[in-house]
Amino acid sequence: MTAYSAAPGPLLDVGTFLGRSLRHSVRSIDAMIVAVVLPVLILLVFVYVFGGAMSTGASGTDYLTFVVPGVIVLCAAHGSAQTAVGVNQDMTTGVVDRVRSLPVLGSAVLVGHVLASVARNLVSTAVVVGVALLLGFRPAASPLDWLVVAGLLALLMAGVSALSAAFGLLVASPEAAGASSFVLLFLPYVSSGFVPPETMPAVLRGFAEHQPVTPLIDAVRGLLLDAPVGTSPLLAVAWWGGLGLLGVLACGALFRRRAGA
Amino acid sequence: MAYTVEVEGLRKSFGTKSVLDGIDLHVARGSVAALLGPNGAGKTTTVKILSTLLRPDAGRVRVAGRDVRTDPVAVRRAISLTGQHATVDEVLTGRENLVMMGRLRHLTKAAARERATALLERFDLVEAADRRVSNYSGGMARRLDIALGLVDEPEVLFLDEPTTGLDPRSRRDVWDSVAELAASGVTVLLTTQYLEEADRLADRVAVLAGGRIAAEGTADELKSLVGGETVQLVLPDAAALDSAMTVADLRGYAVRADAGALSVHVPTDGTAAGVRELLETMAGVPVVRVAVHRPTLDDVFLTLTGTNPGTVPA
Repeated sequence: MTAYSAAPGPLLDVGTFLGRSLRHSVRSIDAMIVAVVLPVLILLVFVYVFGGAMSTGASGTDYLTFVVPGVIVLCAAHGSAQTAVGVNQDMTTGVVDRVRSLPVLGSAVLVGHVLASVARNLVSTAVVVGVALLLGFRPAASPLDWLVVAGLLALLMAGVSALSAAFGLLVASPEAAGASSFVLLFLPYVSSGFVPPETMPAVLRGFAEHQPVTPLIDAVRGLLLDAPVGTSPLLAVAWWGGLGLLGVLACGALFRRRAGA
Repeated sequence: MAYTVEVEGLRKSFGTKSVLDGIDLHVARGSVAALLGPNGAGKTTTVKILSTLLRPDAGRVRVAGRDVRTDPVAVRRAISLTGQHATVDEVLTGRENLVMMGRLRHLTKAAARERATALLERFDLVEAADRRVSNYSGGMARRLDIALGLVDEPEVLFLDEPTTGLDPRSRRDVWDSVAELAASGVTVLLTTQYLEEADRLADRVAVLAGGRIAAEGTADELKSLVGGETVQLVLPDAAALDSAMTVADLRGYAVRADAGALSVHVPTDGTAAGVRELLETMAGVPVVRVAVHRPTLDDVFLTLTGTNPGTVPA
């Protein structure tokens, strides 16, 4: 007779949808370019095109070392568009309707998208760090520092992905969902990621110093250079924990509304 | 009689717009029922309620013996829905789609693979099994879509417009698949805009118009409502029309003139012999043109509701 799996249903469902989303990523030329090629290009552009003209302030850090965390965050923002588009397509093409007619947890399809998004971002991060090492990036972080860096970045990626999924649920079409990365792309530029905020005009500086990306970048940069990080890791956890929670709650509410449950 | 689908007094509105205005529907276990109606008649809304995607506003709706409102999870275990738009995953292969559905039905990996292989064979998709669905023809994608609905051997299968948008050949392939399903004993409720499709596949047909069931019966019963197949004779003038009517009357044909047009309809069995015999009796009448007219959904609608399908208020 037909054999049924003994594993808990929701876990099984999330695993199934994660597998599906990962297959989608690997088979999409767009997704692979954004995950692998774009990070390399962004890093090269910042280091070799802009890098020569950049001064990183009193710290004297060379620009390659300075810019790596900013590039990682920027790549995560670029990757978020795919999450929003994927979620939106599932809503508009009837995939979610079919899923909801099955005895499974409907929101597992969202969790699959978010986890696959985090996985794509981790690949991008590995690519950025790998290429940066080839270019002469020499982090001074201890294994424990690396672990904290990985944790902070994973938290950021989960937050960005959850917010993107919520945006995918909010808008009507995949095209509109694709535009969602705009806001997220803006944040790393006006942060401490590419230039020290002290060099910005007062208004921008106020924004740059009090937005979610800056403490995360400061924390990651400090940990990689084995420099004092102050309260920035705690601030980063508070920001991205909060934003991630907001994303999850928004996903839940929007999914219920959109799917008409 | 054991019914797998029991609907009584079903109502559903979206805002102030009433879509279903008291529907009664019964589908016997192991039978194939068709819900026939034009776009906007409420077919998809009905299927969505039966498959627990939408909640009814009022009425009693039981599927496989469970109430869709109070026991939706049990209903979902017993049913399978194939939506209006093929919801197969185009990025995955046919086999991957089937295995994924098996996993979502919580089969073990081995069982899901085994089931996938069996269904690929049954739906004639073996050669295309490991190609991405984006390379499938419309008919192949639809067959895969139906196969996806059978991964866990449901009690009831809902097919929402299974052949809309398919070319005639693919439509026939899908019909063959559905007929085979029916033979295997699963209860099927399908929706369609085509009388021919309902005729071909369903044991009983319910006509949905303006949010109500306008008629219910076998396809033959419905067709008899609109008078069956006719031969239309187009005539040059009123005198010829009169003589055609007279000749037909004399020979015992239940002839009917088209209002406001120079043509008459004469019932026929559609065989060459029958049509030849009729034309021979009309040998003395100057007939301009001859057309064999089969009842269409438009005719059923015209007869049942006095309106054209396109103008039926939703």
